Amino acid sequence: MLYFANWKVLLICGVCLLGVLFSLPNLFTPAQLAWLPNQVPHKQVALGLDLRGGSYLLLEVDVAAAQTEQLNSIIDNVRDALRNAKIGYTGLNVENNAIVFTIRDTDRIEDARAALTKIDPSLTLDLGPDGAGKMQFSALATDQRRSRAVEQSIEIIRRRIDETGTKEPTIQRQGADRILVELPGIDNPEHVKALLGKTAKLTFQLVDTSVTVDDARHGRMPPGDEILPAEERAQRTGQQPFYLVRKRVMVSGDTLTDAQATFQNNEAVVSFRFDTAGAKRFGDATRDNVGKPFAIVLDNKVISAPVIKEAILGGSGIISGSFTVQSASDLALLLRAGALPAPITILEERTVGPDLGADSIHAGAIACIVGVILVVIFMFLFYGLFGLFADIALMFNLCLMLGTLSLLGATLTLPGIAGIALTLGMAVDANVLIYERIREEMRGGRSMLSSLEAGFTRAFGTILDSHVTTLVAGILLYWLGSGPIKGFAVTLSIGVLTSLFSAILVTRLEIVSWLRRWKPREIPL
Amino acid sequence: MIRPLIVIRRVPKIDFMRWHRFGFAFSLLLGAVSIGLFGTIGLNYGIDFKGGTLIEAKTQGPADLAAMRAKLDDLHIGEASLQGFGAPDEVLIRLPEQPGGDAGQMKAVELARQALGEGIEYRRTEVVGPSVGAELIRAGALATVLALVAILIYIWFRFEWQFGVGATISTIHDVVTTIGLFAIFQLEFNLTTLAAILTIAGYSINDTVVIYDRVREAMRRYRTMPFRELINLALNETLSRTILTVSTVALAVLSLLFFGGEVLKGFSIAMLWGIVIGTYSSLFIAAPIIYYIQPNRRAIAREAASGDPEPTRPPPSPPPTNRPRGAKS
Repeated sequence: MLYFANWKVLLICGVCLLGVLFSLPNLFTPAQLAWLPNQVPHKQVALGLDLRGGSYLLLEVDVAAAQTEQLNSIIDNVRDALRNAKIGYTGLNVENNAIVFTIRDTDRIEDARAALTKIDPSLTLDLGPDGAGKMQFSALATDQRRSRAVEQSIEIIRRRIDETGTKEPTIQRQGADRILVELPGIDNPEHVKALLGKTAKLTFQLVDTSVTVDDARHGRMPPGDEILPAEERAQRTGQQPFYLVRKRVMVSGDTLTDAQATFQNNEAVVSFRFDTAGAKRFGDATRDNVGKPFAIVLDNKVISAPVIKEAILGGSGIISGSFTVQSASDLALLLRAGALPAPITILEERTVGPDLGADSIHAGAIACIVGVILVVIFMFLFYGLFGLFADIALMFNLCLMLGTLSLLGATLTLPGIAGIALTLGMAVDANVLIYERIREEMRGGRSMLSSLEAGFTRAFGTILDSHVTTLVAGILLYWLGSGPIKGFAVTLSIGVLTSLFSAILVTRLEIVSWLRRWKPREIPL
Repeated sequence: MIRPLIVIRRVPKIDFMRWHRFGFAFSLLLGAVSIGLFGTIGLNYGIDFKGGTLIEAKTQGPADLAAMRAKLDDLHIGEASLQGFGAPDEVLIRLPEQPGGDAGQMKAVELARQALGEGIEYRRTEVVGPSVGAELIRAGALATVLALVAILIYIWFRFEWQFGVGATISTIHDVVTTIGLFAIFQLEFNLTTLAAILTIAGYSINDTVVIYDRVREAMRRYRTMPFRELINLALNETLSRTILTVSTVALAVLSLLFFGGEVLKGFSIAMLWGIVIGTYSSLFIAAPIIYYIQPNRRAIAREAASGDPEPTRPPPSPPPTNRPRGAKS
């Protein structure tokens, strides 16, 4: 019992010292930390959004919608391919993520197969002897497309959020088609949510004036046309609520290089500029259609439909359409950041205002301090000097926990603080087990040293078992939990490990030092 | 030399086994009531699990709940529930899950914020869409089951299988009755509660393991002592530890309950109940179960003979026995 190898003593003291050193920065404000020399650790415990205030958003990329859209664009190729080969077909449509159609003349199925397989190698073609055909993306292509859509979305979301000036946003992929966004310091995320909720797909399409919207709706829809609603804001200002437009896109927003909100005749507008290819297509389209109206369509809603007065060849233009200053600058921002490849839904939002966060830290700290004081007093009352030994070990345990959390850059959440308080109560369990065992051994008539020795060794198995079971619960919580719960699992698991160290090794070292220094004749238990 | 002020000097001689039938009956009843309540009135799921919106707002001056409710009712977004929360100027607003899937929830928050107008500080807003809620329930149930299985495997690995069975039954008992507590008082059951339940499982096992460790040790040491007395002995020998550890954990949990703020209240209540029921179940469920499915004493004794030599101790005078009829020994 008395023997403690020097390297062990050094190791234990070293770990304790490091724990204190790494936990110390948490006592200072960032401003004070800046004054400290570079050699000392600076890292503080990272606070979760529930403590520092901010907004957590879980988004889902609607990959299926993106795929349907892609299939809708491929459907034109299918139509062209069958027409060019002069193969009759019916019921060409997109259903359940597949292009379906029926070949009229069953003798020509093989010709159809030859024509259709050329369209896109990532499509599988399923053509039955009765002429029923089905084309869909292969599983591999679907996965690739999903992955690409999510990655592109992350990029676009990052650009949009950066444009709003949010500091230190975290944007990461979660699972197959989800994106987790953390915005520290945002207490009203409505604006960000509105920006993220828009796909921002901008197109310029010609308005079809040959038929009225009503006629088109009642069965006289010209082929290749669609009816689009006007944007809500435009509707409110008394413009026509629906437009009949050509499906064919003249120019799309992905050819824009810049967009800015400006004023024209005291009205908020968005000015934009095309790249070379876009400028040429826009120039050609406007030259061919002078005198006709064209629709500026954003996310399938018509912002405005000005009449082309002359060919626009300069590659730049202006979108006007009853904007407010805010909505004009939002639209400019969205156009600069680019369109999302697929619509996004917000699945979950958790926002904590900065005051509540500060209150939570305050309450959590008080609960921890009160808990520690109570436990310290309790241990002293029931174990005297040995209780003090356990209390000192408990303090080191607290430092080690904070130090480890700071070092790992783990996030401290409110449930995490609860985990700390709980660990402090449970950490002394190891001491209780050891001390009770020592008492028993003494009652059993063992000598002082032998009782101490037996107390530590006998209790060790039990302590290990009980810590492992708690650790199992902690790891599972980390694995399956989300957000703040993960924080709880982290502190609980770290606390289990540090308390194993402090309650067994630190306490033991304290007792051995005490024995050596004071050479007591009995144990005060 | 600083001596402890309070010492439990003698090993108590409580006949725990005398109460075990009562304990079984009580626990069966408690378990049945819990399952019954869970099946009938069910749990008061928080928005984490059922989806919906929770807004914690702070008004200027005392909150006028009736006026706020009227404003929200005008929106026709379902029945909003408003309640005071801590201080008089703090309100907790709950909106039910909206139709229209995940996007519908977000729309409702926006409307509610507009309706309530300026001058309100939004301290906390949580919106959970229906798809996430369903996943969280699944993950939560999975976590609980996996935790139990993992702990069982560990006990199985470290002890004889009989101990594994006993530990599992008593842990399930603790989890089930904690859920029962939440059902009967309709306390909000959310993600934090789930964390508390898993912690309770860990704590309860911890407590059981300490006692089982001692039972096994006594089996090695006193090879001829009647099993019933042996269990009593193990329970009495660990009793002071049990009481002290429950106390320190309870102190920590109580300080969380009183100072940790409103958000941690549910967690603290669950934990407080959990450590009480966990301790009870270790004494009156886990230990007596071993009495009925006795591990092989000879095998454990043989293990001891090859392992560390035990000091010869005079067997303690057996605790008073009131042996029930037909009990094995």
